[in-house]
Amino acid sequence: MSVVFILVFVAIIMAGAFLIAFVWAVKSGQYEDTYTPSVRILFDDQEIKESENSQKITKEKGEKEKQEVISV
Amino acid sequence: MYQINSQASPDPMNEELKCIHCGNSCGKLPFLFEGNPFCCSGCSTVYQILNTNQLKQYYQIEQMPGIRIEDEKRPSDETYAFLDLEKFKSKILTFSEGDISKVSFFIPEIHCASCIWLLENLHSLNPGVIQSFVNFPKKEINITFKDSEISLRQLVELLISIHYIPEISQHSIEKTPSDQLDKKLFLKIGIAAFSFINAMIYHFPQYLPGHEFLETDIKHMFGWLSILLAIPVLTFSASDYFLTAFKSLKKGIISIDLPIALGLITLFTQSIVEILSERGIGYIDSLTGLTFFMLIGRWYQGKTYQALSFERDYKTYFPLAVTKITDLGNETIALEDLKAGDRILVRNQEIIPADSILKSGTASIDYSFVTGESMPVAKQTGDFVFAGGRQIGSAIELTIEKEVQQSYLTQLWNQTENPYTVNNRLNTIVNRVSQYFTIIVVLIAISSGIFWLVNKPEIALFSFTSVLIIACPCALALTVPFTFGSTIRQFGRKGFYLKNTAVIEHLFKVDTVVFDKTGTITNAQSSDIRFVGKELDSVQLQQIKSLVFHSSHPLSKTIYNSIESDELLEVKEFQEITSLGITGLINGSRINIGSRYFVSGEKTEDEKLNTEVWVYLQGSVAGCFQLENEYRPGLKSLIQKLERTHEIHLLTGDNDAEKARLTEYFSVAENLHFNHTPTDKLNYIRKLQKNGRKVLMIGDGLNDAGALNESNVGIVIADNVFNFSPACDAILQSNQFGKLHRFIGFTRQSINIVKAGFLISFLYNLVGLSFAVQGNLTPIVAAILMPISSVSVVVFASFSVHLTAKRKLK
Repeated sequence: MSVVFILVFVAIIMAGAFLIAFVWAVKSGQYEDTYTPSVRILFDDQEIKESENSQKITKEKGEKEKQEVISV
Repeated sequence: MYQINSQASPDPMNEELKCIHCGNSCGKLPFLFEGNPFCCSGCSTVYQILNTNQLKQYYQIEQMPGIRIEDEKRPSDETYAFLDLEKFKSKILTFSEGDISKVSFFIPEIHCASCIWLLENLHSLNPGVIQSFVNFPKKEINITFKDSEISLRQLVELLISIHYIPEISQHSIEKTPSDQLDKKLFLKIGIAAFSFINAMIYHFPQYLPGHEFLETDIKHMFGWLSILLAIPVLTFSASDYFLTAFKSLKKGIISIDLPIALGLITLFTQSIVEILSERGIGYIDSLTGLTFFMLIGRWYQGKTYQALSFERDYKTYFPLAVTKITDLGNETIALEDLKAGDRILVRNQEIIPADSILKSGTASIDYSFVTGESMPVAKQTGDFVFAGGRQIGSAIELTIEKEVQQSYLTQLWNQTENPYTVNNRLNTIVNRVSQYFTIIVVLIAISSGIFWLVNKPEIALFSFTSVLIIACPCALALTVPFTFGSTIRQFGRKGFYLKNTAVIEHLFKVDTVVFDKTGTITNAQSSDIRFVGKELDSVQLQQIKSLVFHSSHPLSKTIYNSIESDELLEVKEFQEITSLGITGLINGSRINIGSRYFVSGEKTEDEKLNTEVWVYLQGSVAGCFQLENEYRPGLKSLIQKLERTHEIHLLTGDNDAEKARLTEYFSVAENLHFNHTPTDKLNYIRKLQKNGRKVLMIGDGLNDAGALNESNVGIVIADNVFNFSPACDAILQSNQFGKLHRFIGFTRQSINIVKAGFLISFLYNLVGLSFAVQGNLTPIVAAILMPISSVSVVVFASFSVHLTAKRKLK
């Protein structure tokens, strides 16, 4: 049965790691704003200033799709 | 739930062109740029800025996302000059080292995904901006920028150039520690959850049949680990319960926290005794589980509307700095350094910070924040000017009469605390119930202990502690947070925002409703208009419309909108004479529109009953437009319904011109009070409270601030809930005004649900106590009964509120 000791030890280490991750997430402010990141992730990464015409067209397509996503 | 979009939605039936920036109607004469229609030059300017910086995606993420600023509302160039001064900079910046500075602004206009996108791309507009980050629920933007490339003032002006006006006031620079509290609660919940889950794992094997064959080493290990897990829960997660129980006990009050603290301590000591004496595993799983559930309840109850502020005072509203006129020229000084006798300059759209006398210039002062009256008041040189008004038009010079703190308006905030409302705050339903509860539980515990002491002394102590353990009022403590927490959320969806859950109970107890008039029961945005005098033909109406089109005065706009006419005529020699009127030539004939004195030359001393706009055309005075305030839709039925259950009063600063009209709405004419100053209003509320009345005050402007503060519940009516409103307990969106009685009625349902929840948790307690008094309580009974009772109460409370809201709050 001594294997139980090892298992309990491993289990508590793992759970402890998650607890530490949670504490870090709280302290780094991830729970302060739970809405904006969900919108932000839908924006294209953009280097508008360098964009050429061909890129623009594909981008606009992407924007239209995204626009639909947002309006849903 | 954050998408509280209070912008007026355009009428879909209207086939007119809509501004592609802000979505407002462009009228007959749209501004065109690259073939796109705009309602005003301001909107088209923003479009051009975004266009040249390749930020047109702004218009693609959402349709017509822009914000419209009317020309006369635009802050003057000098308004933000104070941001160049080191003194203010250091106060406003959240971080500054070397070249890098950080700042955060509250921008009430943030309302959609496009806003987030544009504000986070500020660096495309100015390379001095390193990074900008939007917090949407708080309507806040955090900007990191290089001081050497863009100054704080330029940054603010950059935001204004794209029509996002940040709110910079005394109040916004005082940091609030609420974030820290939130974080701490999250940490407490996390630790309680961690301990709860692990303790369950250690306890579970011992609830199964055959657990007696478990090795003693393993039992030992589980026992010790459980104790280790319980310690942070008791000392950190549950620390608030011990603190508040102790504090209220010192004041002689038995609060709900006392039986909780008692239960937790007994759970812990009983567990330690059992584990150390190797009699069993103890109740650590119940202990940690209870704490976890209760903290969840606290979080659910405490979740509030981050972008709304219920604590605003005049500091939110007043500027940080004023321009003082000295012999050496103009100087920007901090508001608190302003002294009586100082001469100051107030520009277009700036607030008059203290009671003063007008020295030069013609003032046209908008007191809508103060009184709710949307028409500007004209003042002449030498007139006394109250603080709180907003100057519209050219700059004026004032001499300060009283310091900011002594001004009439600000004094409303410096009143002493009202004894009637303070006592009320402690007298909550849960505190009343928990008083009896605690006493009864302790009595049961003692008597069962005494009973077994006589009959079977070895289990006497055990049955005593068992009663305290099982009676721990977790379910009781969860009923209120979940019922009221759900109620707040339901109200929020319907446009009624409460400051906290306690307001629900106060609202339930209210028996008297006091209304303010202007801006509260009247609609500040629109008014009834009629023409008194000669009959006007369509050509004359067309001429009037053409002339007022050129003026930006609110009255001109009201008249403009009231006349139906398609074409506008050409106006020559147009002139606007501040606080008097407008004049111009149409087809060679002169038209004057404005005050009676301006149009007819007659001076009238008698009190104005209504707002009047006189018209002179074709060589004679034609008559005048009379504007009457329009009452909010639904007022009549609201008053009728409220009068069945509540006593209704009306307080107003205006004269009794409207009395006859008001008695059609309010059946008790003695309760209509006119000519009440803000202090009178406040004293009136106190008088009602002295007579044992629980008062609900409904107001809107700064002049109601004192009364709102004094009343048991203060509700503010707001067209845009994110804009400034005085400190209050709740904010009601103005289009929901007619439903107020439903919200008040709903609080009764909430209280009933709380009572039902109490009943359920008492039944569970009865079952648990029957085990406990017999000395039969085992960890497994506690481990099953306690979570089930908590969860079922939570589910019951949330669901019944949800279902009732569906029926009652449509």
